[in-house]
Amino acid sequence: MINTVWLSLIAAGVITGLVTGTSETVTKAALESAGSAVALCLGLLGVMALWCGVMKVAQEAGIARWLARMVAPVARLLFPSVPRTHPALAAVTMSIAANLLGMGNAATPLGIKAMEELAALSERKNEASDAMCTFVTICTAGITLVPTTIIAIRGQFGSRSPAEVVGPIIFVNVLATAVAIIADRFFRPVSGTRRD
Amino acid sequence: MFSDAVSTASNVVIPLMILAICLVGHLRRVRVYETFVEGAKEGFATAVRLIPFLVAMFVAIGMFRASGALEMVTHALLPVARLLGMPEELLPLALIRPLSGSGALEVATNLIKTFGPDSVIGRMASTMQASSETTLYIITVYFGAVGIKKTRHCLAAGLTADLVAFLSSVAIWRLILTRTS
Repeated sequence: MINTVWLSLIAAGVITGLVTGTSETVTKAALESAGSAVALCLGLLGVMALWCGVMKVAQEAGIARWLARMVAPVARLLFPSVPRTHPALAAVTMSIAANLLGMGNAATPLGIKAMEELAALSERKNEASDAMCTFVTICTAGITLVPTTIIAIRGQFGSRSPAEVVGPIIFVNVLATAVAIIADRFFRPVSGTRRD
Repeated sequence: MFSDAVSTASNVVIPLMILAICLVGHLRRVRVYETFVEGAKEGFATAVRLIPFLVAMFVAIGMFRASGALEMVTHALLPVARLLGMPEELLPLALIRPLSGSGALEVATNLIKTFGPDSVIGRMASTMQASSETTLYIITVYFGAVGIKKTRHCLAAGLTADLVAFLSSVAIWRLILTRTS
């Protein structure tokens, strides 16, 4: 599916560019986007190294295993294929906690760490496992308790109550996350059930 | 009040967590400095491995946006938005939210600026922007980091959750505003 989406975006961009005469802008955007993707990765290097370093210490100290045991009851429901004391569960938990607290910069490295742990459990290296799909789908729903950016923007444009949106946001967030979990289960048989 | 408390907590939580992990590690005889450097080395390698995946996705989205195709898709989908009860001003935000984080922030900021943060559109746009994530980016980054190309049903499931988030962002404000007025 991601193949189709990718190709459609490019095809739509190029064809629209040709038809409406914006080809020059499209070319410029392609080159600039390639540059900004690399810039983003370079910006991520530092935080990524920081959090992977901290996570490594946590793992060696046995904190990861302890955390995994704490969340085992919930984790067993969401990730039945992951062994109960596996460090992957700790990484998954910390990543979701970072999202909840709105630690944007920390959440991505922790999420990637979780993916690496889940990948170590998977046999087929080229294809997503069930646990990976569940985790990524939950992350795409983007659950958070502190929508700091939007509160700041609302304040900037003179809102009488910038934070009044927090309640509805949390409500919608919880609902969307629930839908993400259900959709993951529901779509799974269509894309081939795997138990790893 | 609540959000103040949570944002203070999240400011304190990062340094405290780093300290706590390193202290516990030290007490359990982990050579904290060496272990940290070893982990950081792995993190470095992962970030570099991400580059080709992000370049592919950013280029496609960049070309799509620059060509004006997004406006055409928006126009074509207006009847669908009307059918689903979504104000047409919010449709561009709904379309760009899963594709581009910075693009969506730009669109949402513009809506808040044009209509005012306390208008119905402003409140709905705020909720749509904050209650969802950049689905395509997350799938690219998370699967890219572990070198996986077959992402199975993740995109479909993620986009379904996004659609529900957008429609309920609209619905919840309709409900709140009819109750209070």
